[in-house]
Amino acid sequence: MAKYLLLKHYRGAPTAVNDVPMDQWTPAEISAHIQYMRDFAARLEGTGEFVDAQALAPEGTFVRYDGEGRPPVTDGPFVETKDLIAGWMVIDVDSHDRAVELAGELSAAPGAGGKSIHEWLELRPFLSEPPTITE
Amino acid sequence: MDETLLRSLTPSVLGILVRRGVDFAAAEDAVQDALVEAVRVWPADPPRDPLGWLTTVAWRRFLDAARADTARRRREDLVEEEPEPGPAPTVDDTLQLYFLCAHPSLTPSSAVALTLRAVGGLTTRQIAHAYLVPEATMAQRISRAKRTVSGLRLDRPGDVATVLRVLYLVFNEGYSGDVDLAAEAIRLTRQLAVTIDHPEVAGLLALMLLHHARRAARTAPDGSLVPLAEQDRSRWDTRSIAEGVEILQAALPRDQLGEFQAQAAIAALHADAPTAAETDWVQIVEWYDELARLTGNPIVRLNRAVAVGEADGPRAGLRALAAVDDALPRYTAVAAYLHERDGALATAARLYAEAAQQATNLAEREHLTRQAARLNALRRR
Repeated sequence: MAKYLLLKHYRGAPTAVNDVPMDQWTPAEISAHIQYMRDFAARLEGTGEFVDAQALAPEGTFVRYDGEGRPPVTDGPFVETKDLIAGWMVIDVDSHDRAVELAGELSAAPGAGGKSIHEWLELRPFLSEPPTITE
Repeated sequence: MDETLLRSLTPSVLGILVRRGVDFAAAEDAVQDALVEAVRVWPADPPRDPLGWLTTVAWRRFLDAARADTARRRREDLVEEEPEPGPAPTVDDTLQLYFLCAHPSLTPSSAVALTLRAVGGLTTRQIAHAYLVPEATMAQRISRAKRTVSGLRLDRPGDVATVLRVLYLVFNEGYSGDVDLAAEAIRLTRQLAVTIDHPEVAGLLALMLLHHARRAARTAPDGSLVPLAEQDRSRWDTRSIAEGVEILQAALPRDQLGEFQAQAAIAALHADAPTAAETDWVQIVEWYDELARLTGNPIVRLNRAVAVGEADGPRAGLRALAAVDDALPRYTAVAAYLHERDGALATAARLYAEAAQQATNLAEREHLTRQAARLNALRRR
Protein backbone atom coordinates (compact mmCIF):
# COMPACT_ATOMS: atom_id res chain seq x y z
CA MET A 1 0.00 0.00 0.00
CA ALA A 2 1.17 3.54 -0.65
CA LYS A 3 -0.17 6.82 0.54
CA TYR A 4 -0.83 9.71 -1.80
CA LEU A 5 -1.79 13.30 -1.22
CA LEU A 6 -4.36 14.81 -3.58
CA LEU A 7 -3.88 18.56 -3.46
CA LYS A 8 -6.50 21.03 -4.54
CA HIS A 9 -5.30 24.58 -5.25
CA TYR A 10 -7.04 27.92 -4.96
CA ARG A 11 -4.30 29.25 -7.21
CA GLY A 12 -1.22 27.79 -8.82
CA ALA A 13 -2.64 24.83 -10.72
CA PRO A 14 -3.20 25.01 -14.49
CA THR A 15 -6.62 26.47 -15.32
CA ALA A 16 -9.50 24.00 -15.25
CA VAL A 17 -11.50 23.32 -18.40
CA ASN A 18 -14.78 24.48 -16.82
CA ASP A 19 -13.37 27.34 -14.75
CA VAL A 20 -16.29 29.36 -13.32
CA PRO A 21 -16.26 30.78 -9.75
CA MET A 22 -18.71 28.88 -7.56
CA ASP A 23 -20.83 31.92 -6.71
CA GLN A 24 -21.71 32.10 -10.43
CA TRP A 25 -23.15 28.55 -10.42
CA THR A 26 -26.79 27.86 -9.67
CA PRO A 27 -27.60 26.67 -6.13
CA ALA A 28 -28.57 23.28 -7.61
CA GLU A 29 -25.15 22.98 -9.28
CA ILE A 30 -23.48 23.72 -5.95
CA SER A 31 -25.55 21.02 -4.27
CA ALA A 32 -24.66 18.51 -6.99
CA HIS A 33 -20.96 19.32 -6.61
CA ILE A 34 -20.98 18.93 -2.81
CA GLN A 35 -22.92 15.68 -3.09
CA TYR A 36 -20.37 14.34 -5.59
CA MET A 37 -17.50 15.13 -3.20
CA ARG A 38 -19.31 13.48 -0.28
CA ASP A 39 -20.12 10.39 -2.31
CA PHE A 40 -16.53 10.15 -3.50
CA ALA A 41 -15.15 10.22 0.06
CA ALA A 42 -17.80 7.75 1.23
CA ARG A 43 -16.95 5.37 -1.61
CA LEU A 44 -13.25 5.48 -0.70
CA GLU A 45 -14.09 4.74 2.91
CA GLY A 46 -16.08 1.81 1.59
CA THR A 47 -13.14 0.45 -0.38
CA GLY A 48 -10.73 0.97 2.52
CA GLU A 49 -8.67 3.57 0.67
CA PHE A 50 -9.69 6.79 2.46
CA VAL A 51 -7.35 8.28 5.07
CA ASP A 52 -8.19 11.94 5.58
CA ALA A 53 -9.62 15.03 3.90
CA GLN A 54 -9.37 18.64 5.02
CA ALA A 55 -10.15 22.06 3.61
CA LEU A 56 -8.04 25.15 4.32
CA ALA A 57 -9.04 28.77 4.69
CA PRO A 58 -7.76 30.90 1.81
CA GLU A 59 -5.72 33.25 3.99
CA GLY A 60 -2.64 32.27 5.96
CA THR A 61 0.40 33.84 7.54
CA PHE A 62 4.11 33.23 7.09
CA VAL A 63 6.03 32.92 10.37
CA ARG A 64 9.72 32.58 11.15
CA TYR A 65 12.04 32.47 14.16
CA ASP A 66 13.69 35.82 14.84
CA GLY A 67 16.35 34.93 17.38
CA GLU A 68 16.55 34.26 21.10
CA GLY A 69 14.10 36.19 23.25
CA ARG A 70 12.36 37.80 20.33
CA PRO A 71 8.82 37.07 19.19
CA PRO A 72 8.51 35.28 15.85
CA VAL A 73 8.25 37.45 12.77
CA THR A 74 5.03 37.16 10.86
CA ASP A 75 4.34 38.22 7.32
CA GLY A 76 1.41 38.07 4.95
CA PRO A 77 -1.16 37.07 4.03
CA PHE A 78 0.11 37.65 0.52
CA VAL A 79 -2.73 38.22 -1.90
CA GLU A 80 -0.35 37.58 -4.77
CA THR A 81 0.94 34.18 -3.59
CA LYS A 82 1.23 32.14 -6.76
CA ASP A 83 0.54 28.77 -5.17
CA LEU A 84 -2.33 28.57 -2.68
CA ILE A 85 -3.54 25.23 -1.40
CA ALA A 86 -7.29 24.88 -0.85
CA GLY A 87 -7.39 21.44 0.70
CA TRP A 88 -6.33 17.84 0.42
CA MET A 89 -7.34 14.26 0.50
CA VAL A 90 -5.03 11.49 1.62
CA ILE A 91 -5.59 8.06 0.11
CA ASP A 92 -3.91 4.74 0.76
CA VAL A 93 -3.88 2.67 -2.42
CA ASP A 94 -2.18 -0.34 -3.99
CA SER A 95 -0.55 1.40 -6.92
CA HIS A 96 0.30 4.68 -8.54
CA ASP A 97 -2.15 3.80 -11.32
CA ARG A 98 -4.96 3.53 -8.80
CA ALA A 99 -4.01 6.90 -7.30
CA VAL A 100 -4.16 8.49 -10.76
CA GLU A 101 -7.49 6.83 -11.45
CA LEU A 102 -8.98 8.21 -8.22
CA ALA A 103 -7.57 11.70 -8.76
CA GLY A 104 -9.18 11.63 -12.21
CA GLU A 105 -12.55 10.73 -10.69
CA LEU A 106 -12.29 13.51 -8.14
CA SER A 107 -11.43 15.99 -10.89
CA ALA A 108 -14.60 14.98 -12.73
CA ALA A 109 -16.78 16.60 -10.05
CA PRO A 110 -19.61 18.56 -11.67
CA GLY A 111 -19.50 22.37 -11.77
CA ALA A 112 -21.15 25.18 -13.71
CA GLY A 113 -23.79 24.01 -16.17
CA GLY A 114 -23.70 20.57 -14.54
CA LYS A 115 -20.55 19.78 -16.54
CA SER A 116 -17.34 18.37 -15.08
CA ILE A 117 -14.87 20.96 -13.83
CA HIS A 118 -11.85 19.01 -15.15
CA GLU A 119 -9.92 20.66 -12.32
CA TRP A 120 -6.18 19.96 -12.10
CA LEU A 121 -5.34 18.14 -8.88
CA GLU A 122 -1.78 17.64 -7.73
CA LEU A 123 -0.89 14.05 -6.86
CA ARG A 124 2.05 13.63 -4.49
CA PRO A 125 3.32 10.32 -3.11
CA PHE A 126 4.23 10.20 0.58
CA LEU A 127 7.78 9.26 1.46
CA SER A 128 7.30 5.97 3.26
CA GLU A 129 9.05 4.03 6.02
CA PRO A 130 12.09 2.02 4.87
CA PRO A 131 11.23 -1.62 4.15
CA THR A 132 12.42 -4.34 6.52
CA ILE A 133 13.86 -6.53 3.75
CA THR A 134 16.20 -4.67 1.45
CA GLU A 135 18.49 -7.30 -0.05
CA MET B 1 -26.74 -1.71 29.84
CA ASP B 2 -27.47 1.94 30.51
CA GLU B 3 -24.16 3.63 29.81
CA THR B 4 -25.53 7.02 30.79
CA LEU B 5 -26.45 5.73 34.25
CA LEU B 6 -23.01 4.22 34.56
CA ARG B 7 -21.34 7.46 33.56
CA SER B 8 -23.56 9.52 35.85
CA LEU B 9 -22.02 7.65 38.79
CA THR B 10 -18.49 8.66 37.80
CA PRO B 11 -18.20 11.86 39.84
CA SER B 12 -19.66 10.20 42.94
CA VAL B 13 -17.15 7.34 42.89
CA LEU B 14 -14.31 9.72 42.18
CA GLY B 15 -15.45 11.97 45.02
CA ILE B 16 -15.50 9.04 47.45
CA LEU B 17 -11.97 7.97 46.55
CA VAL B 18 -10.62 11.49 46.80
CA ARG B 19 -12.28 11.92 50.19
CA ARG B 20 -10.60 8.70 51.35
CA GLY B 21 -7.36 10.55 50.70
CA VAL B 22 -6.47 9.17 47.29
CA ASP B 23 -4.57 11.57 45.07
CA PHE B 24 -6.85 12.93 42.34
CA ALA B 25 -4.85 11.60 39.40
CA ALA B 26 -4.63 8.09 40.87
CA ALA B 27 -8.30 8.11 41.83
CA GLU B 28 -9.30 9.16 38.34
CA ASP B 29 -7.29 6.32 36.77
CA ALA B 30 -8.86 3.82 39.17
CA VAL B 31 -12.38 5.04 38.37
CA GLN B 32 -11.73 4.76 34.63
CA ASP B 33 -10.56 1.17 35.14
CA ALA B 34 -13.71 0.44 37.12
CA LEU B 35 -15.89 1.90 34.35
CA VAL B 36 -14.20 -0.27 31.76
CA GLU B 37 -14.70 -3.30 34.00
CA ALA B 38 -18.38 -2.41 34.47
CA VAL B 39 -18.93 -2.23 30.72
CA ARG B 40 -17.46 -5.73 30.48
CA VAL B 41 -19.22 -7.35 33.43
CA TRP B 42 -22.57 -5.63 33.93
CA PRO B 43 -24.43 -6.81 30.82
CA ALA B 44 -24.20 -10.44 32.01
CA ASP B 45 -24.16 -9.75 35.73
CA PRO B 46 -25.80 -6.44 36.68
CA PRO B 47 -25.05 -5.35 40.25
CA ARG B 48 -27.80 -4.60 42.74
CA ASP B 49 -25.94 -1.53 43.99
CA PRO B 50 -24.12 -0.01 40.99
CA LEU B 51 -22.49 2.78 43.00
CA GLY B 52 -21.24 0.36 45.67
CA TRP B 53 -19.95 -1.99 42.99
CA LEU B 54 -18.07 0.76 41.17
CA THR B 55 -16.63 2.13 44.41
CA THR B 56 -15.37 -1.29 45.50
CA VAL B 57 -13.82 -2.08 42.13
CA ALA B 58 -12.26 1.39 41.80
CA TRP B 59 -10.85 1.09 45.33
CA ARG B 60 -9.32 -2.31 44.53
CA ARG B 61 -7.83 -0.98 41.32
CA PHE B 62 -6.33 1.86 43.27
CA LEU B 63 -4.89 -0.57 45.84
CA ASP B 64 -3.40 -2.76 43.10
CA ALA B 65 -1.81 0.23 41.44
CA ALA B 66 -0.61 1.67 44.73
CA ARG B 67 0.87 -1.71 45.79
CA ALA B 68 2.74 -2.01 42.53
CA ASP B 69 3.94 1.51 43.10
CA THR B 70 4.80 0.78 46.71
CA ALA B 71 6.83 -2.26 45.82
CA ARG B 72 8.74 -0.15 43.40
CA ARG B 73 9.30 2.71 45.74
CA ARG B 74 9.48 0.72 49.02
CA ARG B 75 6.82 2.83 50.61
CA GLU B 76 4.90 0.11 52.36
CA ASP B 77 3.12 2.37 54.77
CA LEU B 78 1.05 3.93 52.01
CA VAL B 79 -1.69 1.34 51.88
CA GLU B 80 -2.20 -1.11 54.68
CA GLU B 81 -5.82 -1.98 54.80
CA GLU B 82 -9.12 -1.02 53.35
CA PRO B 83 -10.58 1.95 55.13
CA GLU B 84 -13.99 2.00 56.70
CA PRO B 85 -16.62 2.28 54.01
CA GLY B 86 -16.66 6.01 53.44
CA PRO B 87 -19.68 8.19 53.98
CA ALA B 88 -22.25 8.25 51.19
CA PRO B 89 -21.28 10.49 48.29
CA THR B 90 -22.57 14.00 48.67
CA VAL B 91 -23.57 16.54 46.09
CA ASP B 92 -20.67 18.65 47.35
CA ASP B 93 -18.17 16.07 46.13
CA THR B 94 -19.63 16.26 42.65
CA LEU B 95 -19.64 20.03 42.70
CA GLN B 96 -16.01 20.20 43.83
CA LEU B 97 -15.09 17.92 40.93
CA TYR B 98 -16.68 20.31 38.48
CA PHE B 99 -14.67 23.17 39.99
CA LEU B 100 -11.45 21.18 39.93
CA CYS B 101 -11.85 20.09 36.30
CA ALA B 102 -12.61 23.67 35.21
CA HIS B 103 -9.88 25.17 37.36
CA PRO B 104 -8.49 28.47 36.02
CA SER B 105 -4.97 27.01 35.98
CA LEU B 106 -6.08 24.73 33.11
CA THR B 107 -6.25 25.81 29.49
CA PRO B 108 -9.76 25.64 27.99
CA SER B 109 -8.98 22.53 25.93
CA SER B 110 -7.52 20.75 28.98
CA ALA B 111 -10.47 21.73 31.16
CA VAL B 112 -12.89 20.42 28.54
CA ALA B 113 -11.06 17.10 28.22
CA LEU B 114 -10.71 16.60 31.96
CA THR B 115 -14.35 17.47 32.61
CA LEU B 116 -15.54 14.98 29.98
CA ARG B 117 -13.41 12.25 31.49
CA ALA B 118 -13.54 12.82 35.25
CA VAL B 119 -17.08 14.20 35.52
CA GLY B 120 -18.59 12.78 32.34
CA GLY B 121 -17.01 9.33 32.57
CA LEU B 122 -16.10 9.24 28.87
CA THR B 123 -13.05 7.26 27.84
CA THR B 124 -9.97 8.96 26.42
CA ARG B 125 -10.69 7.25 23.11
CA GLN B 126 -14.22 8.67 22.97
CA ILE B 127 -13.01 12.18 23.79
CA ALA B 128 -10.20 11.94 21.23
CA HIS B 129 -12.66 10.77 18.62
CA ALA B 130 -15.09 13.59 19.39
CA TYR B 131 -12.36 16.22 19.01
CA LEU B 132 -10.70 14.54 16.03
CA VAL B 133 -7.26 14.20 17.57
CA PRO B 134 -5.13 11.05 17.98
CA GLU B 135 -5.89 9.08 21.15
CA ALA B 136 -2.28 9.42 22.34
CA THR B 137 -2.55 13.21 22.08
CA MET B 138 -5.75 13.30 24.10
CA ALA B 139 -4.27 10.90 26.70
CA GLN B 140 -1.33 13.26 27.09
CA ARG B 141 -3.59 16.31 27.37
CA ILE B 142 -5.64 14.64 30.09
CA SER B 143 -2.67 13.39 32.08
CA ARG B 144 -1.04 16.82 32.00
CA ALA B 145 -4.31 18.36 33.15
CA LYS B 146 -4.52 15.85 36.00
CA ARG B 147 -1.01 16.68 37.07
CA THR B 148 -1.86 20.38 37.04
CA VAL B 149 -4.85 20.00 39.34
CA SER B 150 -3.52 17.14 41.47
CA GLY B 151 -1.91 19.41 44.00
CA LEU B 152 -5.01 21.54 44.42
CA ARG B 153 -7.25 21.09 47.43
CA LEU B 154 -10.77 19.97 46.67
CA ASP B 155 -12.43 21.77 49.52
CA ARG B 156 -12.06 25.33 48.37
CA PRO B 157 -15.15 26.76 46.70
CA GLY B 158 -14.63 27.53 43.03
CA ASP B 159 -16.10 30.05 40.67
CA VAL B 160 -19.16 28.65 38.95
CA ALA B 161 -18.57 30.92 35.94
CA THR B 162 -15.45 28.93 34.99
CA VAL B 163 -17.46 25.69 35.07
CA LEU B 164 -20.19 27.22 32.91
CA ARG B 165 -17.66 28.38 30.33
CA VAL B 166 -16.29 24.84 30.02
CA LEU B 167 -19.76 23.31 29.64
CA TYR B 168 -20.66 25.99 27.08
CA LEU B 169 -17.54 25.06 25.08
CA VAL B 170 -18.47 21.38 25.13
CA PHE B 171 -22.01 22.16 23.95
CA ASN B 172 -20.94 24.51 21.20
CA GLU B 173 -18.52 22.01 19.70
CA GLY B 174 -21.55 20.11 18.39
CA TYR B 175 -20.88 16.47 17.82
CA SER B 176 -18.86 14.11 15.70
CA GLY B 177 -18.35 10.42 15.91
CA ASP B 178 -20.21 8.26 18.37
CA VAL B 179 -20.27 10.78 21.22
CA ASP B 180 -22.89 13.47 21.10
CA LEU B 181 -21.08 16.34 22.82
CA ALA B 182 -24.15 18.59 22.85
CA ALA B 183 -26.22 15.95 24.63
CA GLU B 184 -23.32 15.24 26.98
CA ALA B 185 -23.01 18.95 27.81
CA ILE B 186 -26.72 19.06 28.62
CA ARG B 187 -26.40 16.01 30.86
CA LEU B 188 -23.46 17.52 32.73
CA THR B 189 -25.17 20.90 33.09
CA ARG B 190 -28.33 19.21 34.33
CA GLN B 191 -26.28 17.32 36.90
CA LEU B 192 -24.58 20.56 37.91
CA ALA B 193 -27.96 22.26 38.33
CA VAL B 194 -28.86 19.56 40.86
CA THR B 195 -25.75 20.22 42.92
CA ILE B 196 -25.84 24.00 42.94
CA ASP B 197 -28.71 26.47 43.00
CA HIS B 198 -27.50 29.27 40.75
CA PRO B 199 -29.57 31.25 38.23
CA GLU B 200 -26.79 31.27 35.63
CA VAL B 201 -26.50 27.46 35.78
CA ALA B 202 -30.23 27.38 35.13
CA GLY B 203 -29.73 29.97 32.38
CA LEU B 204 -27.09 27.88 30.63
CA LEU B 205 -29.19 24.73 30.91
CA ALA B 206 -32.19 26.57 29.44
CA LEU B 207 -30.01 27.99 26.65
CA MET B 208 -28.70 24.54 25.73
CA LEU B 209 -32.15 22.94 25.78
CA LEU B 210 -33.62 25.68 23.61
CA HIS B 211 -30.86 25.39 21.00
CA HIS B 212 -30.77 21.61 21.12
CA ALA B 213 -34.51 21.62 20.40
CA ARG B 214 -33.81 23.05 16.93
CA ARG B 215 -31.12 20.57 16.02
CA ALA B 216 -33.14 18.34 13.69
CA ALA B 217 -34.34 21.38 11.75
CA ARG B 218 -30.92 23.01 11.50
CA THR B 219 -29.57 20.86 8.65
CA ALA B 220 -31.18 19.71 5.42
CA PRO B 221 -31.02 16.03 4.41
CA ASP B 222 -28.02 16.88 2.17
CA GLY B 223 -26.14 18.26 5.18
CA SER B 224 -26.48 21.94 4.28
CA LEU B 225 -27.32 24.55 6.92
CA VAL B 226 -30.89 25.78 7.24
CA PRO B 227 -31.08 29.33 8.66
CA LEU B 228 -33.44 29.96 11.57
CA ALA B 229 -36.02 31.80 9.47
CA GLU B 230 -36.30 28.90 7.01
CA GLN B 231 -36.40 26.06 9.52
CA ASP B 232 -39.42 23.76 9.61
CA ARG B 233 -40.62 24.66 13.09
CA SER B 234 -42.72 21.52 13.33
CA ARG B 235 -39.43 19.66 13.60
CA TRP B 236 -38.41 21.56 16.72
CA ASP B 237 -38.46 19.45 19.86
CA THR B 238 -41.36 20.94 21.83
CA ARG B 239 -40.55 19.00 25.01
CA SER B 240 -37.05 20.38 25.09
CA ILE B 241 -38.39 23.89 24.44
CA ALA B 242 -41.01 23.60 27.20
CA GLU B 243 -38.36 22.44 29.67
CA GLY B 244 -35.97 25.22 28.69
CA VAL B 245 -38.66 27.88 28.99
CA GLU B 246 -39.80 26.56 32.36
CA ILE B 247 -36.25 26.57 33.76
CA LEU B 248 -35.66 30.08 32.45
CA GLN B 249 -38.94 31.36 33.87
CA ALA B 250 -37.97 30.08 37.29
CA ALA B 251 -34.52 31.71 37.07
CA LEU B 252 -35.38 35.19 35.74
CA PRO B 253 -37.54 36.42 38.67
CA ARG B 254 -34.59 35.88 41.01
CA ASP B 255 -33.24 39.08 39.57
CA GLN B 256 -29.64 37.96 39.19
CA LEU B 257 -29.44 38.35 35.44
CA GLY B 258 -26.38 37.00 33.66
CA GLU B 259 -25.29 36.42 30.09
CA PHE B 260 -26.64 32.87 29.87
CA GLN B 261 -30.10 33.82 31.10
CA ALA B 262 -30.16 36.71 28.62
CA GLN B 263 -29.06 34.45 25.74
CA ALA B 264 -31.66 31.88 26.78
CA ALA B 265 -34.31 34.60 26.80
CA ILE B 266 -33.48 35.40 23.17
CA ALA B 267 -33.61 31.70 22.25
CA ALA B 268 -36.96 31.43 24.07
CA LEU B 269 -38.42 34.32 22.07
CA HIS B 270 -37.44 32.53 18.85
CA ALA B 271 -38.90 29.28 20.16
CA ASP B 272 -42.09 31.08 21.07
CA ALA B 273 -42.78 32.36 17.54
CA PRO B 274 -45.08 30.05 15.53
CA THR B 275 -43.51 31.44 12.32
CA ALA B 276 -40.35 33.45 11.67
CA ALA B 277 -42.54 36.44 10.69
CA GLU B 278 -44.21 36.41 14.10
CA THR B 279 -40.93 36.73 16.01
CA ASP B 280 -40.96 39.45 18.65
CA TRP B 281 -37.86 41.24 17.35
CA VAL B 282 -38.46 44.35 19.45
CA GLN B 283 -38.07 42.31 22.64
CA ILE B 284 -35.09 40.50 21.16
CA VAL B 285 -33.35 43.84 20.53
CA GLU B 286 -33.99 44.75 24.18
CA TRP B 287 -32.39 41.49 25.31
CA TYR B 288 -29.37 42.17 23.11
CA ASP B 289 -29.08 45.56 24.81
CA GLU B 290 -29.09 43.75 28.16
CA LEU B 291 -26.47 41.32 26.90
CA ALA B 292 -24.26 44.13 25.63
CA ARG B 293 -24.51 45.77 29.03
CA LEU B 294 -23.67 42.48 30.80
CA THR B 295 -20.77 41.31 28.65
CA GLY B 296 -19.48 44.12 26.45
CA ASN B 297 -18.86 41.36 23.89
CA PRO B 298 -18.65 42.93 20.39
CA ILE B 299 -20.33 39.86 18.84
CA VAL B 300 -23.46 40.82 20.75
CA ARG B 301 -23.60 44.14 18.91
CA LEU B 302 -23.22 42.33 15.60
CA ASN B 303 -26.16 40.04 16.43
CA ARG B 304 -28.08 43.04 17.69
CA ALA B 305 -27.70 44.69 14.27
CA VAL B 306 -29.48 41.71 12.71
CA ALA B 307 -32.30 42.00 15.26
CA VAL B 308 -32.57 45.76 14.67
CA GLY B 309 -32.80 45.01 10.94
CA GLU B 310 -35.79 42.78 11.60
CA ALA B 311 -37.44 45.08 14.15
CA ASP B 312 -36.96 48.45 12.43
CA GLY B 313 -36.09 47.54 8.86
CA PRO B 314 -32.81 46.84 7.01
CA ARG B 315 -31.74 50.50 6.86
CA ALA B 316 -31.86 50.71 10.66
CA GLY B 317 -29.97 47.40 10.78
CA LEU B 318 -27.25 48.77 8.51
CA ARG B 319 -26.99 51.88 10.69
CA ALA B 320 -26.57 49.68 13.75
CA LEU B 321 -23.98 47.64 11.86
CA ALA B 322 -21.98 50.77 11.00
CA ALA B 323 -21.07 51.07 14.69
CA VAL B 324 -19.70 47.50 14.83
CA ASP B 325 -16.07 46.52 14.20
CA ASP B 326 -15.92 45.20 10.62
CA ALA B 327 -13.12 42.77 11.48
CA LEU B 328 -15.50 40.60 13.51
CA PRO B 329 -16.21 37.10 12.21
CA ARG B 330 -19.52 37.02 10.30
CA TYR B 331 -19.59 40.82 9.94
CA THR B 332 -19.58 40.53 6.14
CA ALA B 333 -22.28 37.85 6.23
CA VAL B 334 -24.51 40.12 8.33
CA ALA B 335 -23.84 43.04 5.96
CA ALA B 336 -24.75 40.82 2.99
CA TYR B 337 -28.01 39.77 4.64
CA LEU B 338 -29.05 43.34 5.49
CA HIS B 339 -28.21 44.59 1.99
CA GLU B 340 -30.28 41.80 0.48
CA ARG B 341 -33.23 42.76 2.69
CA ASP B 342 -32.71 46.32 1.52
CA GLY B 343 -32.98 45.19 -2.11
CA ALA B 344 -29.34 45.82 -3.05
CA LEU B 345 -28.89 42.40 -4.64
CA ALA B 346 -25.61 43.04 -6.46
CA THR B 347 -23.94 44.36 -3.30
CA ALA B 348 -25.41 41.52 -1.27
CA ALA B 349 -24.15 38.87 -3.72
CA ARG B 350 -20.66 40.35 -3.70
CA LEU B 351 -20.65 40.46 0.12
CA TYR B 352 -21.94 36.87 0.43
CA ALA B 353 -19.11 35.68 -1.82
CA GLU B 354 -16.64 37.65 0.29
CA ALA B 355 -18.15 36.28 3.50
CA ALA B 356 -17.77 32.74 2.13
CA GLN B 357 -14.02 33.38 1.75
CA GLN B 358 -13.85 34.38 5.41
CA ALA B 359 -15.96 31.51 6.77
CA THR B 360 -14.26 29.40 9.42
CA ASN B 361 -16.11 26.17 8.71
CA LEU B 362 -17.16 24.31 5.58
CA ALA B 363 -20.89 24.27 6.29
CA GLU B 364 -20.99 28.05 6.60
CA ARG B 365 -18.79 28.51 3.57
CA GLU B 366 -21.10 26.36 1.49
CA HIS B 367 -24.15 28.14 2.85
CA LEU B 368 -22.76 31.59 2.06
CA THR B 369 -21.59 30.54 -1.41
CA ARG B 370 -25.11 29.24 -2.06
CA GLN B 371 -26.56 32.61 -0.99
CA ALA B 372 -24.25 34.42 -3.42
CA ALA B 373 -25.17 31.95 -6.16
CA ARG B 374 -28.90 32.33 -5.45
CA LEU B 375 -28.72 36.14 -5.79
CA ASN B 376 -26.52 35.96 -8.90
CA ALA B 377 -29.00 33.55 -10.49
CA LEU B 378 -31.86 35.95 -9.65
CA ARG B 379 -30.00 38.85 -11.21
CA ARG B 380 -29.39 36.91 -14.45
CA ARG B 381 -33.12 36.39 -15.01
